[in-house]
Amino acid sequence: MTAFAQTVFILVVMIDFFVLASSRLKAAIGAVAAQGALLALLPILLAPQELHVAHVLALSLGALLVKGIGIPYLLRWAMREASVSREVEPVVGYVPSLVLGGLGVMLAFAFSATLPLPTPEKHPYLVATSLSTVWTGLLLVVSRQKAVSQVLGFLVLENGVFVFGLLLSDFMPWMVEAGVLLDLFAAVFVMGIVIFHIHRTFSSLDTGKLSALRD
Amino acid sequence: MLLVVLSPLLLAALAFALPSRRARPLLLLAGAIGHAAGVAWLWAEPGQGIEGWLSLDAPGKVVLATVSALFLASAAYAQRYLRLREDRENRIFVGGLLVLLSALSVVALAQHLGILWVAIEVTTLTTAPLIYFDRDARSLEAAWKYLLVCSLGVALALLGTFFLALSSAGPGGPHSLSVRELVAAGPALSRPWVRAAFVFLLVGYGTKMGLAPLHSWKPDAYGEAPGLLGAILSGGVTSAAFLALARVLQVCGAAGEGEFARQALLAMGLLSMALAGVFIVGQRDYKRMLAYSSVEHMGILAVGLGVGGAAGAGAFFHALNNGLVKGVLFLAAGSIHRSYGTKQVDEVRGALRRLPLSGPLFLAGFFAVTGAPPFGPFFSELTILQGAFATGHALTGCLFLAFTAVIFVGMGAIVLGVVQGDPAGCPERPGQEDGWGNAAPTLALLVASLALGLYLPPSLRDLFAAASATVGGRP
Repeated sequence: MTAFAQTVFILVVMIDFFVLASSRLKAAIGAVAAQGALLALLPILLAPQELHVAHVLALSLGALLVKGIGIPYLLRWAMREASVSREVEPVVGYVPSLVLGGLGVMLAFAFSATLPLPTPEKHPYLVATSLSTVWTGLLLVVSRQKAVSQVLGFLVLENGVFVFGLLLSDFMPWMVEAGVLLDLFAAVFVMGIVIFHIHRTFSSLDTGKLSALRD
Repeated sequence: MLLVVLSPLLLAALAFALPSRRARPLLLLAGAIGHAAGVAWLWAEPGQGIEGWLSLDAPGKVVLATVSALFLASAAYAQRYLRLREDRENRIFVGGLLVLLSALSVVALAQHLGILWVAIEVTTLTTAPLIYFDRDARSLEAAWKYLLVCSLGVALALLGTFFLALSSAGPGGPHSLSVRELVAAGPALSRPWVRAAFVFLLVGYGTKMGLAPLHSWKPDAYGEAPGLLGAILSGGVTSAAFLALARVLQVCGAAGEGEFARQALLAMGLLSMALAGVFIVGQRDYKRMLAYSSVEHMGILAVGLGVGGAAGAGAFFHALNNGLVKGVLFLAAGSIHRSYGTKQVDEVRGALRRLPLSGPLFLAGFFAVTGAPPFGPFFSELTILQGAFATGHALTGCLFLAFTAVIFVGMGAIVLGVVQGDPAGCPERPGQEDGWGNAAPTLALLVASLALGLYLPPSLRDLFAAASATVGGRP
């Protein structure tokens, strides 16, 4: 089981890099959906021996439905609805953002090695994977201009938070589920994108054009 | 206790269901009056609450009263405002404000960091559509920025909350996020995780509070939101975020990481004051100026909390004062904005003459907010300063004085330009005359702030001291 969990963690981090390097929105959405689906495996793989089957299954299924299917579907729908162009148009180029991402992952692994886990039975890669994914998400939100890419960044960040929450699922299960509230934000973002479109206030979803307000 | 949480929610549901655009603002008023009555009752008789989840202690009392007073004045102001703006659908606006009131009450009452986070998240979600009340490109931009920046903050705050939960999971730890149990466990918490948690929570809740350099959403949101929402955001929501940080500090102090946390708060507080000064001087938009003033006052709160002890008591006093005075300024600025139809300082002159009620109130609010005696903020800032000098934070005290002086001059130039002179030749919108409907609630807030400055009852003084002692800091 732990070997399998290790593969999942590595894949999650690989997807982080893929999203950072991806120039096509559709591919990036697919990658984030795949990441969400992978995360749905983790509650089952990391379940303690004396597991609460119903709870673990509910968490896993919920993650799959929301992160793997629901929100990616909403995003694709919003893209069609608002006829978003395919390019990602980063403010920071692909190579610098990959380098920054790699740096973040290295730091995340180094940092998590220095923090003693009070629950040592959990997988050693968990904290590092979580922090790398959070970092990637932050990087995506900050370095991309298009609204859809920013929402994708937020989703990646949220996935990172979810991974960390699995550490707590033994003794504080409802706190992990509170993280689902974050997905509400993602849904609201998508609504925002469609409102952009309905009002036709902007010709494209370029948040760089949202620059009337500045000092 | 549940009354102050549930009754606004119930009225919100009613507001969403009610078809009449005209009757809906009355629900807002009913919710505000009911909430104020409930808070008054809770002050007299705090009761048990729900053990470990919701109960009213000294810091909660201060924030709950601030929110309630501000909301009552804003709801009264909204009566005339929403009648003047009957062209706009107000279903979401009224319903959203009532949900916000409920969520803010939960923040004030929360004794559990998980509940606290959920309530803060709800305040973020509900305010974003309210900023978009004007349904134009600028307000959409402001709402988008607000939502994006604050959702990042809220997500990082959740990660920080997870860190704290993990710190309590070691052997002998409470395995809980209840503030009381965490504080009781104190040294049993895993310190590296507590420190990491504080960093993430400071960034997360600091974003909601609008501390520099995480304040980027503030000028846009406050500039584009209706005046009364600006009042509630800058006086109520930010105070709630301040309380959240104070709770986190309480846990960090118990775990032995208090010194680190206070240093970080001091640094961010001073940075906020400095940045506010930079952006206020030369600002051309009087509502954005108010937003930077809010950044300054959040900085003052952070400095007070960072110094701790007597200055911490001053910070809680200042949270109350800031709430009242921000209400005065935003409500008066809203009236001026509607009359002139512009927020540009260059096109607005002679507000004293054109708006014989709101103009003077704006001017008085300026003196109050910049800490001129005899208004309340003067005394709370003085308490913080005295606390800083008495505990050897001389450099902090000097910087504090310098920044407030710069901001006084910068704001003064703008406000005097707006209120003085001859309004002839300035843009004017018909049907937006001044009236007691918008001036009376504003005046009430100003009088409350003045009263707190002229006479602070000993019971309140004790309350602020108790609040400061609760969240920790030097005795």
